[in-house]
Amino acid sequence: MNSNGKGETVAEIRREIAALQKAKSEIDDRISALQARLSTCASEDGANGTNCCSQRLTPPEPPSSGQLSADAIYRYSRQLILPSFGVEAQANLLKSSVLVIGAGGLGSPALLYLAACGVGRVGIVDHDAVELNNLHRQIIHTEAYIGRSKVESAAAACRAINSTAQIVEHKEAFRTSNALEIMREYDIVVDATDNVPSRYMISDCCVVLRKPLISGAALGLEGQLTVYNYNGGPCYRCLFPTPPPTTACQRCSDSGVLGVVPGIIGCLQALEAIKVAGAVGEPLSGRMLLFDALSARIRVVKIRGRSSQCEACGENAALTEEQFRNLDYENFTQSPLSMSPLKLHLLPAEARITTKEYNEINLKGEPHILVDVRPAHHYKIISLPKSLNIPLASLEGRLSEITAAYASEESNMTATGEASRAPSLYIICRRGNDSQRAVEFLHEKGFAFAKDIIGGLESWSQDVDPKFPIY
Amino acid sequence: MADRSFASCGGLELLCDSVKIHDVNVEQQGEEKKLTMKYLLSWVRTNLIKERPEMFMKGETVRPGVLVLVNDCDWELSGQLETVLEEKDVVVFISTLHGG
Repeated sequence: MNSNGKGETVAEIRREIAALQKAKSEIDDRISALQARLSTCASEDGANGTNCCSQRLTPPEPPSSGQLSADAIYRYSRQLILPSFGVEAQANLLKSSVLVIGAGGLGSPALLYLAACGVGRVGIVDHDAVELNNLHRQIIHTEAYIGRSKVESAAAACRAINSTAQIVEHKEAFRTSNALEIMREYDIVVDATDNVPSRYMISDCCVVLRKPLISGAALGLEGQLTVYNYNGGPCYRCLFPTPPPTTACQRCSDSGVLGVVPGIIGCLQALEAIKVAGAVGEPLSGRMLLFDALSARIRVVKIRGRSSQCEACGENAALTEEQFRNLDYENFTQSPLSMSPLKLHLLPAEARITTKEYNEINLKGEPHILVDVRPAHHYKIISLPKSLNIPLASLEGRLSEITAAYASEESNMTATGEASRAPSLYIICRRGNDSQRAVEFLHEKGFAFAKDIIGGLESWSQDVDPKFPIY
Repeated sequence: MADRSFASCGGLELLCDSVKIHDVNVEQQGEEKKLTMKYLLSWVRTNLIKERPEMFMKGETVRPGVLVLVNDCDWELSGQLETVLEEKDVVVFISTLHGG
């Protein structure tokens, strides 16, 4: 890339890191394959595939009277002695398989409990890599796995807890092209995804393959939980025949989420999956649990039953595998399956400058005003020096502050004798979308000289000041 | 007069100055003095929603993705817009969450 000596060194280091990472991932794959073989061998040896394959423990003996091996009895003893759970439910769990789609905030605790409690086979689907800003809520992952596949990381954690559970890795995005093949191999599905099209797709796939669906969601300080497509209950489409407008679909990366909130919902998802798999209790079908963390309130409400008009599971609907494969969920919901941040293009090139250009203007001391239009609680986290915080939502009522700042900058210039040109007005935000909306609005209000700083503070951190924190 | 409280969850409170619970009195309408959900929705839209009404309603009903509960029960089970409210009924609007 670069012709200078420094660039070559960087490139060499990068190449070496890449080579080592490749080797590391090959070794990991090999370990996973061997572990899978080990658990297959073990289950072929023993009764119901329930014995332990750890070499430390005694080889499995045929159980003397019950259905469980000695190791399994000891490992699961605390739930075996529960009168309302007992050995039957445990045996059901060991024979069952659960697919968890999404190894994020919901999937993390769900996977840990499902692997620990003795579900026979646990599948994990995800295509993302672990990032530092995941760790506050995605508690299955550790710092050592940053940059590596979430599925590998989650699978390693599950195996570390319970080497007798079979953990299956699906390192791919869940799409209509692979959904049926993956889901077919499991008894129960846990939806731990974070977007609308995935929720419709997973529900439809569960309807086609007749699988119960444990659905959880969390955002900010609230969570929701229900069981779909189970025991005559509704599917996701029965409840939500029409997708919500895209403006109503907030994301954790934009709106924030307190880590423990998806943690709680994910634990409840594991609980519902255990109840369905173990055939105990009353799974949350036809009801929905609503969790409000701030007020410490949980309410369980009754929701409608299966709708005869439902396009997926209704009387006249016979959604086939073929039809499912051809559905376009991104188009149906008008929102993308992947979580790439929105990139707006609202302004002409002359109304925008790059962060590098802004940096030069600033270094040269050219007179200007910098308005940061992020919400006040974002501004408090980190901001550029001498920026004026006027959140986009209150911009209309606070235009006079811009006018005042402008007048003050002009008088400064007159005082220092450099009144040859007018000060500039730059608008910045977190990623460069709201700043464009603000500039559009300012142009309408007569601030024709307002310009947007492309890519916002994220670009500032990337292109100008690598030490500037991103969030 | 009838007392009713409203809780809006899943971010809908942002449309009403972040207030989650509203205790309100809504006059009953018409000769039969009935208060239907249909009337209540338009009352809420006029009196409680402070911004972006399109995030709450579409046409004469709630927008897709909002669940309406009357006394902790899906309004589909009580007649949706035609549901007749009694005194002390609790109506909850929930915006579905999708995050994880």
